[in-house]
Amino acid sequence: MNYNNFIIPFCLGASLLLIIIIYKFAKWLSKLDKKQKYFVKRNFFSKKSIAAINEVFREALIHRNIYRKNPLLGYMHMSLAFGWFLLIVVGKIEASFYAGSFFEEPWLAIFFKFFAREQANFWVANFFSFTMDLLLLIVLSGLALAIIKRLKSKILGIKKATKHVIYDKIALTALWLIFPLRLLAESSTAALVQNGSFLTGGIGELFSLQFAQNVELPLYWAYSSVLFVFFVSLPFSRYMHIPSEVVLIFLRKWGAKAGEQYSGLSDFEINSCSRCGICIDACQLSFSANINNVQSVYFIRDTRYKKLNDNIANNCLMCGRCTEACPVGLELTLIRQQLRTKTEIAGKHYYDYCENKNNKNKTDIIYFAGCMTQLTPNIIIAMKNIFSAAKVKYWFMDEDKGICCGRPMRQQGFVQQSKDLISKNTKLISKSGAKLLICSCPICYKSFKEEYSLDIEIMHHSEYIKMLIDENKIKLNKSELNIVFHDPCELGRGLNIYKPPRQVLSKIGKIIDTEFSEKDSLCCGGSLANTVIELETQLEIRNKALEILTKSKPDILATACPLCKKSFTHAYKGKVMDIAEIVSKFLYLQNNSKKQEIKEKEIFSILK
Amino acid sequence: MKNWGFKISQARIIDLDKANTKMFEDLCLKVPSAKRCIMCGGCSATCTASNHTNFNFRNCNLMFRRGQFEGLAEELDKCMLCGKCKLVCPRGVNTRAIIYNMRIILNKMNYKNIEL
Repeated sequence: MNYNNFIIPFCLGASLLLIIIIYKFAKWLSKLDKKQKYFVKRNFFSKKSIAAINEVFREALIHRNIYRKNPLLGYMHMSLAFGWFLLIVVGKIEASFYAGSFFEEPWLAIFFKFFAREQANFWVANFFSFTMDLLLLIVLSGLALAIIKRLKSKILGIKKATKHVIYDKIALTALWLIFPLRLLAESSTAALVQNGSFLTGGIGELFSLQFAQNVELPLYWAYSSVLFVFFVSLPFSRYMHIPSEVVLIFLRKWGAKAGEQYSGLSDFEINSCSRCGICIDACQLSFSANINNVQSVYFIRDTRYKKLNDNIANNCLMCGRCTEACPVGLELTLIRQQLRTKTEIAGKHYYDYCENKNNKNKTDIIYFAGCMTQLTPNIIIAMKNIFSAAKVKYWFMDEDKGICCGRPMRQQGFVQQSKDLISKNTKLISKSGAKLLICSCPICYKSFKEEYSLDIEIMHHSEYIKMLIDENKIKLNKSELNIVFHDPCELGRGLNIYKPPRQVLSKIGKIIDTEFSEKDSLCCGGSLANTVIELETQLEIRNKALEILTKSKPDILATACPLCKKSFTHAYKGKVMDIAEIVSKFLYLQNNSKKQEIKEKEIFSILK
Repeated sequence: MKNWGFKISQARIIDLDKANTKMFEDLCLKVPSAKRCIMCGGCSATCTASNHTNFNFRNCNLMFRRGQFEGLAEELDKCMLCGKCKLVCPRGVNTRAIIYNMRIILNKMNYKNIEL
C-alpha cells in the first residue's frame, strides 16, 4: 500500500471539509421556502440540470463573466480555479492509470510523485508528467497575478481592494502556499528519482542529492499541513463561495427565486460572495462620497459573521449598480431589503385615519402621480396637457388626499405598514374598474408592478407617451435641441425600461450618449433608501453625477423621475426637465394656429 | 361647587431639568442635522399624512426633544415615510431619518432574528 504518515493532515482536513459543507448545505436547503422547494423538486430531473452543469463549467471554472469585465482578472481566476480543477482530474486519471484500478487510495493522486518513484520511461507516463507540470505552471502564473493584485491592485484595474477578515487571511495564506510547496516537494522527489518533467525536473536538477534527501519528507509534510489549514478554514472564509456558488447556480437554473423574505436561497447567495470587491468600485458612495465600509461586499460579510449593524444596513442608495456589476450575479439590493425587515405586530392597521373615499368615478385609465411628483407640479401640468391633447379621459387618483404607494416603507423594512398602504390603494383601484394605471414616479411604478397584485396594465408615463405617439394620438415638433437622458435607477436597472424614453426623446431632439448610461447609469443622490447620509453627502453624489452627465453641455438634461429632476434642477445652469414636460412643450397642436405660434415662441425660449 | 362650565386648567409644566433628553442626544448621534430644525413647519405643510390627520413632524420632534414620549410612538406610526418633508426642508434636516430613528428607538424595534 502507498502510505506515509504525512497524508494524515490532508485526509483529516478533507473529511472535515466534507462534513462541514454537507451540514451547512443541508441546513440551508431545509430553509428554502415552499415555492423554492417546489421548483427544486419539479426540475431536479430535467434538462435544466444539464444546463446548470454547463453554467457551472462556464462560470465557476472558466469565470466567463469576470473575463468579460477584466481579461487579466479573468485569467487569474481561471488559472487558479480551472487549473486546480484540471490538476485534480488529470492527477486522478494519472494515479488510476498507475495503480491499474479506478479505486486506488484517494491520496495517491495528491502525492503521486512521492509514491510513483519509478522513472517515467514510456510515452503515456511522460505525457501525464508533462501535462501535470504544465498545469502547475498555469496555476502558479495565476498565483503570481494574485500576489501582484494584493500588493498593487491598480495594475489589475481594481481601484480599491477588499479589506479582509482574519479567517480570509489564514485561508489566503494557506492557498498561496499550497502550490509553491507542491512544486518544491515534487522537485525534491524529481531530484532523487528523476520522475519529473520540464518544471519539477528542471528545478530538481538545481537540488543536490543530499539536500533533496533532507528536505523531501519535511516538504511533503508542509504541503499536506497547508492543505489541512486551507480545507479547515475554507467553510469559515470567503472561499466558501466555491462550493456555494455551484449549488446556487443549480438552484437558479431550477427556477428558485428570492422573494421578499429571507430564505435558504439568500443563505446560498450570501455565502457565494467571493469578496472580489468589484462592487466597491461600482458604488457611488465610494467614489463620490468616500464612504468605504458599507458596500455590498462588507454588508454581506457582516451578515455572514452576524455582525451587521444599523449603520451598514441602512447606508445604501439601493441604486442597484453593485447588483449590475456583481460577477456572481447576486441580488445584493434585494438581500439588503430582506435583512432590513423589522419585527412588527402582524395584522395591525396603521392608516385607518385615511378617508375612505367613496369613489364613484368609473374610468378606464387612472393617473397616479405619486408623492414626489406632487412636489414637481410642472410634471402634473404637463401630463394633464398631454392627456387633453390626446383626448383621453382619466381619473387623477391622488390629486387630493392621495396616499403613498408603500415602497418607502417596504425599503426601510416596515412590511406590515407597507401592506396596509397597498391594501388601501388596491381597494381604490379595483373599485374604479380601470384597465390601465399610469404612474409618473418610477418608485411607485416599481411598487405597483412588483408588490401589488393588480390584474390591470401598469405603465410609466414615458411608456404611455410612446404608446400615444405610436397610435398617432399626439404629434410632436422636431427641433435641433441636444438632449442627454438620465436613466432613473428604479426605471432602468429596476425595471429594465431603457428604450421607450429614448424613442420619445429622439422624436424631439438629438440624444447625446454619456459615459454612464443605461445599465451603468448613475444615481442622482436623492434616493429615499438611505437614511444614514446627510444632505451634504447627497449633494456630493449629485454633483459628481451631474458633472459626468453634462460634460457635453446639452440644452436639456432629461429624466423620467421627479426625484432625479428635483435633485438636479438647482445645480444645473441649463434646463432639467422631465420627459412629460418636454413632450408637453413640443406638442404639435392641429387646427389652432394661434396656440401653435405661442408654442413655437416657448420652444424658442428653451433654445435660448 | 357651582359648575360654571369653566374650570382652571392644570399647570402644564415641562421641567427640563428632569426631562429625559438622553434619547434626543442619541438621536443626534445618528442624525446630526436634527439640531438644525427651526420649526418652520414646511414639512407639515407638504406632509401626505398631515393632509388626512393632525400628524405633525414639528410636534413629534419637539416632544421627543423634551422627553415627552407619551403617545409619541402611536403618533409616529401615522407617517408613511414618503420623504416629501425632507425635500422641502430649508435647513436640510434629514426629517425622514429622524422619524425612522425615533420609531426604532421608541418601539425598541430590531431586525428580525435571522439564523444564518
